[in-house]
Amino acid sequence: MAADISSGGSSTITTYQGQGARMMLPAWVIIGFFLVLPVGMMLVYSFLTKEFRGGVIWDFSLAAYDQFFFDRGLFGDEPPKIEWTYITIFWRSIWQAAVATVLCLLIGFPTAWFIATRAGPARSIWLFAITIPYWVNLLIRTISMKFLIRDNGPLNEFLLAIGVIGEPIGLINTNFAVQLGLFYSYLPFMVLPIYASVERYNMAYSEAAADLYASKWAALRFVVLPIVKPGIIAGCILVFVPSLGAFLAPDLLGGAKNFMIGSLIEEQFKGNAGNWPFGAAASMILLSMVLVVLAFYARAQTKAGDR
Amino acid sequence: MAARLDLRRFPGFLPITWLCLVLLYAPLIVVMVYSFNDSNSVTLWGGFTLRWYVEVFTGPEAPKFKAAALNSLAIAISAAIVATTIATAAATAMLRSGQFRGKSVSFVLINLPLMVPEIVTAVASLVFFSAIGFQAGYLTILVAHIVFCIPFAYLPIAARMQGIEGAYEQAAQDLYATKWQTFRLILLPLMAPGIMSGFLLAFIISLDDFIITNFVKGAGIETLPTAIFGSVKQGIKPNIMAISTLLLLVSVVLVTVSYLLGRKGQTTPTNKGT
Repeated sequence: MAADISSGGSSTITTYQGQGARMMLPAWVIIGFFLVLPVGMMLVYSFLTKEFRGGVIWDFSLAAYDQFFFDRGLFGDEPPKIEWTYITIFWRSIWQAAVATVLCLLIGFPTAWFIATRAGPARSIWLFAITIPYWVNLLIRTISMKFLIRDNGPLNEFLLAIGVIGEPIGLINTNFAVQLGLFYSYLPFMVLPIYASVERYNMAYSEAAADLYASKWAALRFVVLPIVKPGIIAGCILVFVPSLGAFLAPDLLGGAKNFMIGSLIEEQFKGNAGNWPFGAAASMILLSMVLVVLAFYARAQTKAGDR
Repeated sequence: MAARLDLRRFPGFLPITWLCLVLLYAPLIVVMVYSFNDSNSVTLWGGFTLRWYVEVFTGPEAPKFKAAALNSLAIAISAAIVATTIATAAATAMLRSGQFRGKSVSFVLINLPLMVPEIVTAVASLVFFSAIGFQAGYLTILVAHIVFCIPFAYLPIAARMQGIEGAYEQAAQDLYATKWQTFRLILLPLMAPGIMSGFLLAFIISLDDFIITNFVKGAGIETLPTAIFGSVKQGIKPNIMAISTLLLLVSVVLVTVSYLLGRKGQTTPTNKGT
């Protein structure tokens, strides 16, 4: 959808020729001053020295990044070893986000395909049904999930009652609970872009494949998938990126053991353990990871556009 | 023909779609159902009751939630109005003004709030506001909300504007309408459904936000999500489920209205067919 609008900028309607910069000004000022500038400031802060109990001292220092990657012992005088604590937290976040993305894809692709191949009215209704949960408050959705899967929650009660399990399955505060929460939070983000590309897909290609004796599944694998790939990639990114920095799902569903990047950053700016430069450094590492993924996506889109 | 149609069907896709729907709705429906549960143990079913709803409005936590709801509402309305205005101007610049300096950067800039992870925006805003001496309070929440509402307001507005042919504006200009008259009397009415739906999306997004609000709000100011989050820390109580159900219904109604507006918009003159 976004790509359509950006390319739509080439339209030839120029009623307000020459006024563009002026009308863009409010957006520039607000986003520039209250988003670009703060993020730039975080970058600067990540190279400063920490002040105890929050805040910074204006002395250039690489200590924040050093603390992230290296362990120099209690007094900082031992030879540096790799510090695994934070790398592990980042790795766990990547893993959790990746599993959530795969789960979304497994459920989201068939759903998107099914909806896109319905007749008009049925299609709108299905699509609307899939979209609604996205607009329900994320906090409420996460709380609902927590309520549903906790040890004495309705899911366990139900499974116990029908005799599938003998004792409650401990879902809450596990890695899987976080993955489920992320999956649940961002599933519509997977369905919608895939739906958009399947909707544009010309069935004649599948027919041609069938005429040439391709089985249905072969047509799906070798004809449909390459064509709808941009939609799949867009969906994966829309799920992966917010999952990576998610705060609510790990905090409410994961418990203390399943710490992710979001909580690590949060902790540096709230509470007494505050280390602003370290939190800023972790934010910058997260942001660069996201930008790398987005750059990869932009390149894939440009290539797809060239064809 | 039957065989051709069959190419669209894959065994298992229908059950997966239903599974998808069940997964999306089950937690919400469970909470809705349990918000009517007449039992103090939360999980065991003790019959139908409305007492948790009564408690939301009259119970010991009622003043807190009432204040939070009013804050949320005031901030969401103001943020959505400002963001929609900015987004309308931006869409006019992007789609009606030909080339200008910084146009390609502008597109990235408008979408930037969607790209920066929320937690990073949250802590960056906190640090920035404290550095420039901006007292945390309503104003900091409002400003932060305006920023991330802009892209959400922009998308439907730009999509709508893209669908409107230039001929109407051209005709107005030929009849000596000024640019401002053309905008106010021609473009704006045609844009109305898109603007309304942009406003509603921005409103919901603002109402929805927890992370950024939680960082930039001052002590003592709560919005509904931060108030709910605070209460949930002590366990999910039935009155929280009642509040959640109410908020959920508000979102569903607003999205439905936005959706119907979008559909209605498609019957007015646009160049969809070309």
